[in-house]
Order: sequence, then C-alpha cells, then structure tokens
Amino acid sequence: MSSMISSDLLKPFKLKTKQQELLIRVSILCLVYILAFITRLFSVLRYESMIHEFDPYFNYRTTLYLTQNGFYDFWNWFDSESWYPLGRIIGGTLYPGLMVTAALIYRLLHFLRFAVHIREVCVLTAPFFASNTTLVAYFFGKEIWDSGAGLVAAILIAVCPGYISRSVAGSYDNEGVAIFALLFTFYLFVKAVNTGSLAWGLASAFGYFYMVSAWGGYVFIINLIPLYVLVLLITGRYSMRLYVAYNCMYILGMLLAMQIRFVGFQHVQSGEHMAAMGVFFLMQVFYFLDWVKHMLSDTKLFQAFLKITVTFAVAVGAVALGVGMVSGYISPWTGRFYSLLDPTYAKDHIPIIASVSEHQPTAWSSFMFDFHILLFLFPAGLYFCFKRLSDATIFIVMYGLTSLYFAGVMVRLILVATPAVCLISAIAVSATVKNLTVLLRSKNKVVQTGSTKGTSSGKASSKASLDQSQPFQKNGAMALLFGAFYLLSKYATHCTWVTSEAYSSPSIVLAARGAHGNRVIFDDYREAYFWLRQNTPPDAKVMSWWDYGYQITAMGNRTVIVDNNTWNNTHIATVGRAMSSYEDEAYEIMRSLDVDYVLVVFGGVTGYSSDDINKFLWMVRIGGGVFPVIREPDYLVNGEYRVDKGAAPKMLNCLMYKLSYYRFGELVTEYGRPPGYDRARGVEIGNKDIKLEHLEEAFTTSNWIVRIYKVKPPNNRW
Amino acid sequence: MDKPNPLKIIWAQKQISIGLQPTFWPVSKLTETETPTDRRVLVLLDDFSLKSSHSIFFNSLKSRGFDLEFKLADDPTLSLRRYGQYLYDALILFSPSTERFGGSLDLTAVLDFVDSGHDLIIAVDASASDLIKNIATECGVDFDEDSSAMVIDHKSYAISGTEGDHTLIASDDFIQSDVILGKTKIKAPVIFKGIAHSVNAANNLVLKVLSASPSAYSANPTSELSSPPLLTGSAISLVSVVQARNNARIMITGSLDLFSNRLLRTAVQKAGSPDKYEKSGNEQFVTEISKWVFHERGHLKAVNLKHHKVGETDEPAIYRIKDDLKFSVEIYEWSGESWEPYVADDVQVQFYMMSPYVLKTLSTDGKGLYHASFKVPDVYGVFQFKVDYLRLGYTSLSLSKQIPVRPFRHNEYERFITTAFPYYGASFTTMAGFFIFSILYLYNK
Repeated sequence: MSSMISSDLLKPFKLKTKQQELLIRVSILCLVYILAFITRLFSVLRYESMIHEFDPYFNYRTTLYLTQNGFYDFWNWFDSESWYPLGRIIGGTLYPGLMVTAALIYRLLHFLRFAVHIREVCVLTAPFFASNTTLVAYFFGKEIWDSGAGLVAAILIAVCPGYISRSVAGSYDNEGVAIFALLFTFYLFVKAVNTGSLAWGLASAFGYFYMVSAWGGYVFIINLIPLYVLVLLITGRYSMRLYVAYNCMYILGMLLAMQIRFVGFQHVQSGEHMAAMGVFFLMQVFYFLDWVKHMLSDTKLFQAFLKITVTFAVAVGAVALGVGMVSGYISPWTGRFYSLLDPTYAKDHIPIIASVSEHQPTAWSSFMFDFHILLFLFPAGLYFCFKRLSDATIFIVMYGLTSLYFAGVMVRLILVATPAVCLISAIAVSATVKNLTVLLRSKNKVVQTGSTKGTSSGKASSKASLDQSQPFQKNGAMALLFGAFYLLSKYATHCTWVTSEAYSSPSIVLAARGAHGNRVIFDDYREAYFWLRQNTPPDAKVMSWWDYGYQITAMGNRTVIVDNNTWNNTHIATVGRAMSSYEDEAYEIMRSLDVDYVLVVFGGVTGYSSDDINKFLWMVRIGGGVFPVIREPDYLVNGEYRVDKGAAPKMLNCLMYKLSYYRFGELVTEYGRPPGYDRARGVEIGNKDIKLEHLEEAFTTSNWIVRIYKVKPPNNRW
Repeated sequence: MDKPNPLKIIWAQKQISIGLQPTFWPVSKLTETETPTDRRVLVLLDDFSLKSSHSIFFNSLKSRGFDLEFKLADDPTLSLRRYGQYLYDALILFSPSTERFGGSLDLTAVLDFVDSGHDLIIAVDASASDLIKNIATECGVDFDEDSSAMVIDHKSYAISGTEGDHTLIASDDFIQSDVILGKTKIKAPVIFKGIAHSVNAANNLVLKVLSASPSAYSANPTSELSSPPLLTGSAISLVSVVQARNNARIMITGSLDLFSNRLLRTAVQKAGSPDKYEKSGNEQFVTEISKWVFHERGHLKAVNLKHHKVGETDEPAIYRIKDDLKFSVEIYEWSGESWEPYVADDVQVQFYMMSPYVLKTLSTDGKGLYHASFKVPDVYGVFQFKVDYLRLGYTSLSLSKQIPVRPFRHNEYERFITTAFPYYGASFTTMAGFFIFSILYLYNK
C-alpha cells in the first residue's frame, strides 16, 4: 500500500525499468560495501582499536617510520634494532605497498583536516580494502557472467570467512590490500582479453604493479596468467585480443615490478618467473607463425616451416634456460615455491617453513569453516562455467582450480582461493536463481521482480524455454528457490558467527571464559613489552624465539636477535641452539650475541597452548638443521615429547625448560592438583627444582605468560 | 642589586671555558675525580699483638697515606658497610684462626666487598680456619687440606740458626712483572714460613707471584711422610694475586710471617747459594705488592672514546660502509699521585661484529691519546669499537661502543657507470629507432 502511495506521489519521477534496476543495483552495492566494512569491526568493539598478531606489528612500525621520516628515509632504512648484530635493510626487504597505502590515506585524511592517528588508519585499512574488493568482485562477476552474478559475488565475498580471517580491523597485513590488488589485476586482465584494448592492458599492468608492491603472492599472478594464455593457445582460442593484452601486461608489468627493490631483477632472473617469459616468447613465435600462415598459401610448405620453427624455438628456449640455470644467472626455485608444488618438501628440507602454523596443509574442517556452502556451490559454478565457455570463464575456472589446489597445500592460501570460489559460486547462485525465476515468471508475472536482484537480461538461458507442461515444475522451482535462500541465509549466519567467534581475536590479548562464564582478559604480552620499554636500557638486546621479534621491537622498542622476517636461517638456528642447550653452553652463545635479556612465553599457568614449550621441538629441529650437536631424539622419550617426570634428561635441563618452569614447581595452578601442574599440557612437570646460574628472573607477567630473564655478567672472580 | 653574583660568574666562565676548549675539560676532570688508590683500610687481627710484631709493614702503609683501622676479627661491631655505602676501600685479613667474624661480617659480606670493587689481602698461617680458607677458595686459591702441613723444601731453604728447619723457605722465583713488583729488582730472596696453596686451574684470573721451587712439597714437618704429598714442586704457590673482572685486587699468601718485622729484618742466605744478604727481600716484596694491591700502581683508565668521519668532528649516529673514520681514545695510568699518560705501542682497536673485521694497532702521541683511522668494511650491521687491553698486572681495559653501519643509500651509488655506456646507448637508440619507425610507419604511404 505504501508503495502505491509513493508511486502516486512520485509519478513525475517515475523511473524506467532500466533506471530502477540501476538504482537497485547501486543501493545493493552500497549496502554490501558498508556491510563488508562493519562486519570486520567485531575486534575493535570487543577489544580495542589495536594492531593484531605478529607481522602487522612490523607493518605498523614501518608505517609509523614512513609517516614520520618520509619516503626516502623509509626506502633507505637500515634497521639496527632487529637481527642484532646483522641488522636488516628494511627498505630493500619488504613489500612497501601496504605502508605506502596507509600513509597516503593518512596524509589524505590530514589534508582533509581529520586529525586521526596513524594507528587508526592502519587498523581500518584492511576492512576498507575489503569493501573495495566487493566492488571489484561485482565488476569481475559482471565481466565473466552478468551483473546478477556480480552482485551475488560481491555479497558472498563481503562476508566470506576465508577472506575475513585476514582482513578484520587490526589485521594490518599485506594480504589485506593484496587480495584487492590480486582480484583487481585479474579483473583488468580479463577485461583486456575480452576487449583487446591496450588501455585495459596498461591498467592491468598497473594493477599488477600494485600487487607486486603489496605482497609476495604476486608470483601466483605471474604464473597463472601465462598458464591461462598457454591454455588458450592450446585450445585454439588464440586471438589478437589475447596477444595485445598479454604482451602489454607482461612487458609493462615486469618493468614496473622491477621498481620494487625487494623484487628487483627477479622477473628476468628467478626460476619462478621464467614461465611468464617463456609464454611471452611463445606468443611471439605463435604470432609469427600466424603471419607466415597468412602469407603462405601453400599448406604443405607451411607445415614444413611450422615444424622447423617450433623445433628451433623450443631448442633455443631450452638451451637458454639450461645455460641460465647452469651459469647461475637464473636462480633456482625457492623453498617456498617447492613446498607449494610438493607439500612434503618443506617438512623434509626446510623446517623453518614447516614450523609456521599458517604453512601447514589445510584440514578439511577449515575448508568447511571458511567456505561453508560455497564448497557445494563451487562445483555447480564450474558446471555453469563449462556450459558457457568463454575466455573469461576459462580464466575464472583456472583461477579457481589452481588456487584451490594451493589452498589445500597451505592453510594461509585459502585466502587466495576465496575470491575465485566466491565468484564461481556466485555464478552458480545467480544462474540457478535466474533459471528458476524465469521458470516461475513464465506463467505468472506478478511477483519476484524485487527479490531477484536484477535478473531480466537478454540472454535467457535455454533451460527456461524447456518443457513447461510438467505440473510440478513451478512448485519444484519455488521449493528450490526457497532452499537456495535458506542456504544463503545460513551462509550469512555462519559467516557472522565465524567472524565474531574465531577471526576477531587480536591474539596479543587473550580472552578466556572464567568459572562463572565471565570474560577473563590476559593482557600479558603488552604488560611484558611495556616492562621492557620502561625498565631496560635502550640498547638492551632481547633474545626470544622469532615469533615475538616484531612485537618486541614494535612495542618494547628493544633490539632483538631474530624476528618474524625469517631471512637468516643460521641466526634463527643459533637462537634455537641456545634455547635447546644446557645453561652454561647457552650462556656462551648468549654472550657472543651480547644478549641482555631472554624472553620466553609460557602457558602452563593459564593453559595457553601456543607457548614456547609447545613450539620447542621446532627450535630443536631448526637448531639441529644447522648445528648437528642438537639432536631431536635427545629431547624425546620413545619418540614421544613429554615434560613430566618421564621426560628426557636433556629436555629437563635445557635452557627453554628451565626458563619456562623456573619456580613453577612451587605454584599450585589448579585445585586438587600437585604443585607444578602444567595446565597447558595437563601434566605435573618433571623438574621442579630449577636453579639458574647465569640468568636471573627479571620479570614475570601477572599470568606468567611472558617471562623475562636477565643474563648475568660473567663471574667477577673466575 | 645590580651587583652580579660571583658564583654565577664563575659558573659562567666555566661554561665558556668548556665551550671554547672542549678537548681540555676531560683532562681537568681527570685531576679532580676520585683517585683509584685506596685510602681507608680495615685490618682484622686475631689479637692486637700483631700490631707491634708487624709494625714495619703497617707503618709503611701509614707513611704512604693509608688510614688504617685495626679491629679484632671477632669484634661485635664489625661492619663493612653502612647505609649501603662501604666504609672501607680495602680489607686486610691478618686473622687466620678466626672461625667466625664478629658483627655483620661473614663470607658473603667479604666476597660482596670484593665484587663491588674493593681490595683484599689475606694472610694465613698453619692455624688457618675454614672460614678464611673458604674465602680464598672463592677467589680461586686452594690451601692445602691437611691443616698441619707446611711448605717444606730441603734445597732452597733459608739457612738459619736452627739447623734442619727446612720450613723456612727462601724463594726468589718471582713473577716477571714490573707492574706488580716494581721496577727495582728484588735481589734478596723472600723468606716464607707457612702453608702451601695451589691456584685453581679453572680460574684464569689468579697469578702466582711467588712460587715454590721444584723441590718443595707440602707436608707435616713433625711427622714422617706416610704417603706422597698432594702438593709438590712448582704447583705450590707461596703468594698469589687475583685481579677480578671489576679490577678488585686480592692477594693471598699462606704465610702471615711474611709481613712480620722478624722476617723483614732478618739476614738471609739461601741454601746452596754463596750470596748472603744483610736483609731479606721481604720488606721490598711486601711494600711493592701492597702498592699493587692498593692500586698505587698498574691502574689504567681509558676515557674519551671518540670516533668520527675523517674531515668531520661530530660523532655520527651511524656509519656507511666504506666510510673513512678516525678513532681515538685516551689512556692514562695512575702513578700514585696523579694520572699520567700511558705510553705503549700495543694497544689495539677492533671494529667488531661477532668477529673483528678491522684490527688495528693504535698509535700514540705520548700524551695519552691513542688514535687510528681506518675504512669501514664493506659489511653492514651493528658493529662495536672494542678496545680489550689486557696486560699482566695492569687493570683490564675493555671498552666497547656500539655503532651501526648502513649500506649505501639509493642516491649514493654512481649515477652513470662507464662500463654501462653500451647499454645506455642501446636503450636510447632503441627509443629513437622506435620513434622514427612509428613516424615512418604511420605517415609514409
């Protein structure tokens, strides 16, 4: 009724169907844009506006430096506070895209007279870019299917947990902007392929440049696009459009990417980028052959020419690659790349990669957790894509399949697969809903105009015109439609639940449920870092396992030996060796590294399970990988890792054990348990009488999560 | 009212003089600052008769300006510190038989006293108590376990009135160090009568100043040897010194008589040696070694560790690789009254990051200033200037100053490289060629 009134009132402004559709589409996009932003704000509301986790602290610190000292100082920044005494050239070893983006937003806001702190900008950068990603998803969906699929894709990606896990407020990491850049580059490239326009090719090169500046995952783009081109070539879909798009994107993108210091000459020198170059040359050969074929009328002559040329080209390519590899001009593949292709590689060869939790193979449950109904919609979308094969759908299918494979290899790469999964699922949802509504509307044209989100496009699929005589068809369609909406609403609730429960904790502040159901906050990390900042000399060196390096430098403002930028395996192994040695051996190592304080994370009192004792075997493995004096079996009993009375003697007396459990034997942690009961591992510890000779306890936080020890100077009289 | 405050003027002048002559003020500061020589010495005795029997030694200390305070070792008011401040600079333990100190003094108090940089002389005799032995053990010196054993030497004993008393050792096996024993050579042998000790091999800070001869051994002189003695020959130390890492000095000897008037004044002839001396070497020996222990000699200090780029004067916060830099440090030696320039040609500086990248001997101007200039190595990282100067008898100098070294900035490289001219040429001709080609292709029909 109200709509009748309003339509009466607005009669002079009555919109045409096209305009109505546009209005609806724009308002839906606006709502999705806002939704994508606000659904990522749980962590700010639950805790506070703070930077999360580990790597974001480094990004925050560098952004702060960038805004304070300007771009050139940032570009040339040599950081003497990390990797003591080696130092780290920050400017040359990071992807500056994220920091520059945040700094630009910060500058813009200040120019507009919004006096915000850089931290707020950093906290909200990821949600902001997630919102932008939804727009890109819309345009991408529109490009590969239709605007309906674009809208659905925008909605799906706005709340998809796989993406939210890396883009909640406070998660100030490269991935936050990189997924936007990735999807944007792909969109622009597909657009360039579809139109064959140089302008779009140029745009995609710039998109690629932004991606390269933001994240190491650009390697995925530079391998997927050549693969895609190759597939098109093989399937006989070669066209001038493809030629223009790829060449423009590759050449300009490569030149632009070389401007990033961290990437440098890798595009021409590293094995990971050789596929793109090979395809580039192949493309030229292909074009040349095409031209020759055009010029030659004789097919027999052409066949002969083809054979010679192809053989010659392949031979030259192989020789060039061989010479490049042997002479060392082309570097071999890196360990990370190998471990992507062969999931067992890292486990056997590079413990430092295998030790990172986000590099673990993905469990089935996390696929379900992150994708929910998209897992079922994805194959359906693939079906639709294959049914209407075009250059664009081939691309999205390849993107979806390759990224899903990588997502299975490494849990963090679910993130890369998410946009593809959302887009393909959106095609499934959109196509199904459209088919069903067309079916419904074919007899009764009263309802459904508003709820189907811009359907009536000219290209009605063939399904709609199928036999309409079946009596149950309409009811069946109705039921299916309701089913689809039910599933989608379930998806929405699941996403919100996952976001609020799983992905919105900052991990630097821990929360637990108390005995009466109340929330208990453990703010021990910040307590410890603040203590370091306030109570230690400014040039003090802190040794800890590398996980905490970024946080110590960013929050504690103290020099660390190793940090999360795991560029020097030997240095990390030295720390691992110190942690797994006896105290007097460790003391020698610590003296040689000028260590003043040792920081360990211990969860035995609170039951916090990702503490140093649980990470300890990795320290042993990484230390043992470089220093064979450290042997893993020495710390195990019958292949079992234990900390109780039955633990290995070396385990009970190594530095990490001593520092974690010092004075813990006196403490009763749980009612009805003996003193020294470790709640994280559920055992009574094996060595309760720990004496420290060369270290002394300096600080232990209120819940014992962080323990800091001071390294004593050498004995005065000895 | 207009009259200026005189204090203010002085202050202002001082400000000016500091501002004008920045190189001089540290020197003037040197003369004003505290002297390393001890002043207040606490002497703990078993009984006051020692005061007279060892008066020559004590008087020589007094005459050198020391303020001696004698107390019985079991004095209930004994205390080394009050309100967190140490009351004495040095402690002489001439109380070998004390089982327990009086007052608040105990083993840890004595060790804390040393660990906070104060000096200690321990002399025991055959009646040495476990307490004193434990103090010595903590300093790296182990006295013979057998409480009745004494040092016996049937070859290098001092010929004395009672024939056959071979516990009166005449030793001239001194440590070869002018710093510890003074420049004048001790000619007469030192007479020693007391118990043996050995230095702990694990402790590399302890030195044997006076060693026993290879024929010496430690045993009970009154009873027959039933088993081979544990301590024999040169392993036996008669007088040892320790210089702790914080430069506190400790002297330990098994003979309280070494300091006594009787042995200081006695004539001496070493068995098997024709030389007969009117006076034993003891007086010179104890005087010189007490000078060393109380920091009248062999005390160095390094100040004004400075470094800057060649051609500049200010100390930078960071160096760049391949920078030329100038390093200087001033080293002074305490002569007993004043700080004198220390002259040596073996002081070295290291430019150190886990291992020394540059090791350079410093040249001196003879006035205490040591300097060197060198090029920063082509390695970036956090370096340290390190001066580790460890010489026998001298206090150890170990200075380090941290300085980061950064790589080139993006605009510090050569802008154009001669060898790359073909490449520049290639790129510009390509550009020009492309331009010409475009024009020809587009407009030439």
